[in-house]
Amino acid sequence: MASEDFRLGRRDVVDLLLADRGDMLVVAGLGAAAWDVAAAGDCDLDFPLWGAMGGAAMIGLGLALAQPERQVLVITGDGEMLMGLGALATIAVQSPGNLAIAVLDNERYGETGMQATHTAHGADLAAVARAAGFPVTALARDADTLDSAVGLLRDAPGPVFATIKIRAETLPLVLPPRDGVQLKDRFRTALEQRTTP
Amino acid sequence: MTKMHEESRGFVETMRQLDQAWPDQVHRVLAQAAVRQIAYVPDAGLTGVIDACQADDAMTAVSLTTEEEGVAMLAGAWLGGARGVLLMQSSGVGNCINMLSLIRVCRFPLVAIVTMRGEEGETNPWQMPMGRNTRAAFEMAGVDVHRADAPGDVARLVAEAAHAAFSDCEARAVLIGQGVVGVKQFED
Repeated sequence: MASEDFRLGRRDVVDLLLADRGDMLVVAGLGAAAWDVAAAGDCDLDFPLWGAMGGAAMIGLGLALAQPERQVLVITGDGEMLMGLGALATIAVQSPGNLAIAVLDNERYGETGMQATHTAHGADLAAVARAAGFPVTALARDADTLDSAVGLLRDAPGPVFATIKIRAETLPLVLPPRDGVQLKDRFRTALEQRTTP
Repeated sequence: MTKMHEESRGFVETMRQLDQAWPDQVHRVLAQAAVRQIAYVPDAGLTGVIDACQADDAMTAVSLTTEEEGVAMLAGAWLGGARGVLLMQSSGVGNCINMLSLIRVCRFPLVAIVTMRGEEGETNPWQMPMGRNTRAAFEMAGVDVHRADAPGDVARLVAEAAHAAFSDCEARAVLIGQGVVGVKQFED
């Protein structure tokens, strides 16, 4: 097993990722990553997914290309990222400076019974991202490396990819709105309002 | 050469040029519709459209590793206020099925331009299963399908699809028949 210890709690990590976020645009992959983002406080500029597994990073790419002046952060899980690994190569080719991807890696499919993902057996997503051409990658598994990773995710010219190893734990559900049309419309409306004062 | 022969040759050349004009016409339609993101998995039949979009500074052409990436990307584009289209060959439509739930549930606009394989004259039997089921797969996933069987139909159908998608958040696919794009030959 690749895992030594898992000191970081996922909601603490997400709170840190989203602290003083300003107008940052956030895409949250389905499952616990979306619940974590909701737990940090529901926001019109969040697009949490209830499905479309494997699509979070590419939604981030389309958004980053459409809004080059704004920071876009994708927060997703290891299982969700593994389903769309090709996206890492696609994103690296485009290389949008305003896109960052944070994978909350508990090495488990948390929503389906905590079955092991490939990262439990050594698959290294940050190394995949680096090999695909991401100029900035990081691996965090404690407070110090997390600080450094969050700094890169929030401020470094991207695209940035970080794996953040977290404890496998089932936390109280905090659910974002489930109506996709509402999520889409409120995101676009909020973005327009912030673009045209 | 008689005058009659010359006129016939001129006519044949005119028809050939008209038959080959659709890729540039499609690019022009996309430009006029303010499309900014072109997500594609290449197909020989789409080369002209892809080349024209790549040469257009107002557009970003994004090569995908699999077609479903493009479905997700265009949803992100729309969230960010930008318009995009997805270009692919019919075999890629099956790859998109689950990701199309994103389009349906959130009512994102979709314009997919799809060149057909697996139709009359196809020489690769591995293209047949998706070729036969391209329309059904799209319709199953909630995408309306329109079909161009003549070169002159393509740009008009793309323009209609773009209008329906970007004005009314509809999901449209335009299938371009193998009779328009030609049959891939495996023999020298």
